[in-house]
Amino acid sequence: MDIHEYQAKQLLADYGVKIADGGLAYSPEDAVQRAREIGGHVWVVKAQIHSGARGKAGGIKICKTHDEVSDAAESLLGKKLVTHQTGPAGKQCLRLYVEAGTDIAKELYFSLLIDRAQERIVMVGSAQGGMEIEELAENNPDAIKKIYIEPAVGLQDFQAREMAFALGLNADLIPQAVKLIQGCYRAMRELDANMVEINPLVITGHDELIALDAKMGFDDNALFRRQKISELRDKSQEDPREMAAADRGLSYVGLDGDIGCMINGAGLAMATMDMIKLAGGEPANFLDVGGGASAERTEKAFRMVLADKNVKAMLVNIFAGINRCDWIAEGVVHAVKKIDMQVPLIVRLSGTNVEEGRKIIEESGLPIITADTLAEAAEKAVAARNQVVAGRYQPPASRDTVTSL
Amino acid sequence: MAIFIDKQTRIIVQGFTGKIGSFHAQEMIDYGSNVVGGITPGKGGQTHLGRPVFNTVKEAVEQAGAEASIVFVPPAYAADSIMEAAEAGIKYCVSITDGIPTQDMMKVKIFLSKFPKEKRMVLTGPNCAGTISPGKSMLGIMPGHIYIPGNVGIVGRSGTLGYEAADQMKALGIGVSTSVGIGGDPINGSSHRDILEKFEQDPETKVVVMIGEIGGPQEVEAGIFAKEHMSKPVVAYIAGLTAPKGRRMGHAGAIISSVGESAAEKVEMLKELGVIIAPTPAAMGETVAKVLATL
Repeated sequence: MDIHEYQAKQLLADYGVKIADGGLAYSPEDAVQRAREIGGHVWVVKAQIHSGARGKAGGIKICKTHDEVSDAAESLLGKKLVTHQTGPAGKQCLRLYVEAGTDIAKELYFSLLIDRAQERIVMVGSAQGGMEIEELAENNPDAIKKIYIEPAVGLQDFQAREMAFALGLNADLIPQAVKLIQGCYRAMRELDANMVEINPLVITGHDELIALDAKMGFDDNALFRRQKISELRDKSQEDPREMAAADRGLSYVGLDGDIGCMINGAGLAMATMDMIKLAGGEPANFLDVGGGASAERTEKAFRMVLADKNVKAMLVNIFAGINRCDWIAEGVVHAVKKIDMQVPLIVRLSGTNVEEGRKIIEESGLPIITADTLAEAAEKAVAARNQVVAGRYQPPASRDTVTSL
Repeated sequence: MAIFIDKQTRIIVQGFTGKIGSFHAQEMIDYGSNVVGGITPGKGGQTHLGRPVFNTVKEAVEQAGAEASIVFVPPAYAADSIMEAAEAGIKYCVSITDGIPTQDMMKVKIFLSKFPKEKRMVLTGPNCAGTISPGKSMLGIMPGHIYIPGNVGIVGRSGTLGYEAADQMKALGIGVSTSVGIGGDPINGSSHRDILEKFEQDPETKVVVMIGEIGGPQEVEAGIFAKEHMSKPVVAYIAGLTAPKGRRMGHAGAIISSVGESAAEKVEMLKELGVIIAPTPAAMGETVAKVLATL
């Protein structure tokens, strides 16, 4: 789960990380009020969306008068910002963070991540801040310092100092840096974050070390024990279909293709999507219905897939292990009868009680195209989709199909 | 003996009396696995499915000679159960539980690493379908009937895609020595590489099928191991060709977050390392058949 910059800053401030004065605004009036409260002569109005690279997308505006703050807020609120992280659809800005302008002497990079190969937290730093770490890793990998943290004993001060020196800090800034680094680490451990990124971390003209931006991501598997973090979820920043799926216990990812998918198991789902692509089609979504696909769950999954108006054919691929093909088949028949399906449906069942399952589909009298193998299922789905696109779709009547009675 | 379990291996079920634990314990018993009891703290002394219930794993080891365990404990308590098994002297543990926090798994891995290697419990999973040595023992939740005994080892991050592979092989008359699910989480008890090492040493295995997916570095690490240390051919399929960067595809660990983690990149690197790639997920069985024909 991702959170906003202002939320990350508030969390990190509680762990001793220095941030500039700032406040949240939902309207231009709010924004001006925040600027007044902060005081000074320069403010930064920052769009709060779940994405980095907001500056390049015009989401960060430096203002020198209250009128400019108001204008900046006016232009950003409600606007969809498109960055390379949001995808072409962009993310809508509904909240602003108004912050005191900072006198920047130098920009640095600092983050904590979970390294999957080492199975521990890694601290990543660079004296060259401001640009994205991927960019830096590509152009100047030697400028990146990594320090691994032993999970049993945690981050030690000597490691924080080693990082601070690698960031090129002067001796008198080292104690501040150690405090900031330890604060980020404690926040990561105590809040079950899987990443903390401060980019840029800045040295101000007054020799202060400040988190000018902050990004935190959290382990979804740990949210059950982090109630306060769960409450920071901003549903406006997440794909509504994915949210709806998650609320129903389904795992859904919307994509750009037009062949809808309902599959059990994440690996088989990815493989089925691969097969669709290899057969010349493009999947409209990833959807894992999980192990116990009941009739209600199946119906919900169907509705979810078909809610995407791009879908021109739907492929169901179930390998029954714990569950049984006959139960799945009943669920599919139930769903098709309840939902007015406008597109062809291809069903491939495999595993436990497969014969019984196929029989139920055949005897249902519904226009369901069946397939025995993964390859056949994908080919039939692509063929059916092509029929729809060519305007030739009508309930099919080939040999392996049962036409509506 | 197959790589982890055989007919005699004495198995206990952690989370024995719960709904899911009970269901799968019965399935394992029906398959012929030697389930000698289970753990549910506070229910020690009772009998469940005709087997004794113990309060602690230590009791099950002492009184029933438990050697292997399978964990169905809910995510909040699963790491604790895994560490209890390791401390009690269980040799092999499968964790089925999906949803264990990453930092809990970091703790588990450190805990395991403190044991000297010869006393260290092997963990596979979490978030996996378990391990089966067809005709011998099933320590998992898979449909046992789709596997026939044979000499192909399977290791994979996904449950149902592993079933798909076994099913394709069965249709061609190809059997399995052992199938191991290592799970879909970012931090696994054992990696692809760890399991390849076991298969290389296993006289019952001639060919290994590795089923990987997007995210993380471990398929390539396994490929490097195969190139440097294996005499047996490795066939691989990597799922997630169509997965966009930065999006989690169901599994907690199936996310492309850095260079080298996409399916296409992994396939390229594995090819260079001499791993045989199944060109499509529908061709896993026939690719294995071709390799077997050359041996």
